[in-house]
Amino acid sequence: MSAAALERLSWGRFPRQSAARVHALHWRDEVLPAAAPLLPRGCGSSYGDSCLNAGGTLLDTTRLDRLIAFDRTRGILRCEAGATFEQLLDVIVPSGWFLPVSPGTRRVTVAGAIANDVHGKNHHRAGTFGAHVRALELVRSDGSRLECSRASHAEIFNATIGGLGLTGLVTWAEFDLRRIASAFLDVETVRFHGVDEFLALSRESHERFEHTVAWVDAASRGRAFARGLFMRANHAENGPLAPRSGKHRLAIPFDFPALALSRLPVRAFNAVHFHATRPGSARVHLEPFFYPLDAIGHWNRMYGRRGFVQHQCVVPMGPAPEAVRALLDAITASGEASFLSVLKVFGDRPSPGMLSFPRPGVTLALDFPMRGERTLALLERLDAIVMEAGGAIYPAKDARMSRETFRRSFPRLAEFLPHVDAAFSSSFWRRVHG
Amino acid sequence: MAEAPRIAIFGATSAIAQSVARAYAARGARFFLVARDAGKLDAVHADLLARGAAQSRTRAADLSRTAPHRELVDAAADALAGIDVALIAHGTLPDQARCQQSFEEAQRALDVNFTSAASLVHELVNRFEKRGQGMVVVLGSVAGDRGRQSNYVYGAAKGALALYLQGVRHRVHGTNVRVLTVKPGFVDTPMTAAFPKGALWASPERVARDIVRAIDAGASREIYVPGFWRAIMALVRAVPERIFVRTRL
Repeated sequence: MSAAALERLSWGRFPRQSAARVHALHWRDEVLPAAAPLLPRGCGSSYGDSCLNAGGTLLDTTRLDRLIAFDRTRGILRCEAGATFEQLLDVIVPSGWFLPVSPGTRRVTVAGAIANDVHGKNHHRAGTFGAHVRALELVRSDGSRLECSRASHAEIFNATIGGLGLTGLVTWAEFDLRRIASAFLDVETVRFHGVDEFLALSRESHERFEHTVAWVDAASRGRAFARGLFMRANHAENGPLAPRSGKHRLAIPFDFPALALSRLPVRAFNAVHFHATRPGSARVHLEPFFYPLDAIGHWNRMYGRRGFVQHQCVVPMGPAPEAVRALLDAITASGEASFLSVLKVFGDRPSPGMLSFPRPGVTLALDFPMRGERTLALLERLDAIVMEAGGAIYPAKDARMSRETFRRSFPRLAEFLPHVDAAFSSSFWRRVHG
Repeated sequence: MAEAPRIAIFGATSAIAQSVARAYAARGARFFLVARDAGKLDAVHADLLARGAAQSRTRAADLSRTAPHRELVDAAADALAGIDVALIAHGTLPDQARCQQSFEEAQRALDVNFTSAASLVHELVNRFEKRGQGMVVVLGSVAGDRGRQSNYVYGAAKGALALYLQGVRHRVHGTNVRVLTVKPGFVDTPMTAAFPKGALWASPERVARDIVRAIDAGASREIYVPGFWRAIMALVRAVPERIFVRTRL
């Protein structure tokens, strides 16, 4: 296979590493290849290196995309591991169902959503995707096939949810859907100034709104510090059930020059975005509400060939106001700028996942163009603030956290380790643990 | 074409057939699915039902045996109460080197890729002709457009199949029986898993989109999928043999 075919990038396109082999799976009864280390890979939408396996074998699951059973009455879907949320929405939305939890892109597979125990704008009510998984089949490198659920093989079920693909190959999963009466949402947008106003808005909104999320201007200073737009929404109670908004899609055709997302353009963009967005209410299709960036194909190319790094943390509610301010201060002081910065208050619905990232508190997601040492140094400072506050860093977004930070982020790590399949590994795993 | 047609698929576990079937399942089509491997057949059957197929019946059968073909087509017509579209998608990609060492190997490839497909077309078209309507869709290949040292056994089978279909199309001209020959270029499927993939490769979904459009239009002709292969193959055919034989294509 050519070198280009083996260099499967992650969404952040940093680091650039090549697998030795890509093994496409086509049927769920196939036998695993022997060439370890193995790593299942779906869409490759993780940002860092948790979907990379330098020198190893990537198990491409994207052709395992069949549905197995769709109970349209009870809203239960069983499908193969590589079915993407995009494919599923085309089937379930017209029948009046939606995903129980969805991240900010449809380009994820069901098994990827499980392996990263993804969260969405409804975390304060619904918890993570893993909290809605009823059962899954796991194929281990010894050839065994385990049907896992809360009732059967519960330990390995809990290890597999959020288990970063390290416990074996998930071939299918069954999960609960959420009933919707319309493909539209009633969305309110409210401006806020500062972290305290954001927290007050979250408190006030969580009872009344199923979905909340905030964009924060991480480049603003002085009186404008930590200003942002708070979005809260409920599914509309009636309306059409078209799975697509029908809007045209754009695509970034080539790598932008590295300067495009440096500090000054980002500050300018943020100021315009803050002032140009009208507060108020609107009825919008689920596509632009949940997946605004999916409308821009290859938006990661905006960051140029060197790629970008994400940093998503969660900090407990107590120290959160101070910690979030300290994080934003550290960015401003560094001279770097985060283009897309997102704040959200997580709820307390527990996930079964041993390595699940979301936990009660405030999460802040940031992204920075990769500019080498200076970028990495800033992220180290951000990690220190998060660790000081007793928080955690999200592996799905990470390309560089230390072993120590990983260990401190996941207190159930020791409980997880016995469930790792010895033939499975990833670039991320070798970096933070192996 | 009816919005929710009755479709019989021979070789229903092929990647291209699955993609075509999904498009019709979403419209509530009825299916009769035939393939050799019962387990894979069940996976495809369940997928189509979950996607909205109004009905699906399956039959595990080795299509390289032509004797049961009439009974198989009868069973499909009974299960569906009439066939609107029959898709013939089974086939194998033989190892050319092994075919050169053993004619038995070559003959197996010719039997599966030409004889068994021609036999199914025969049964289906005779039935459609009696009824006065019906559409046969057959997956051929661009490999059938010119004999090449790297793949001429498969190419000969697909080329013969294209000629056979051309003749059948001629025969049914002026009736409501339709014969669609589909010539896919390079498609990324399990059959081609061993090949390095370049810019000319298309996904099964991409190829299926063009096939569905042609079926919906009731096209009775030869199509290349994706369409740019028509130009490529016109060039490949136009190269004089004395020059072509010097290439390693």
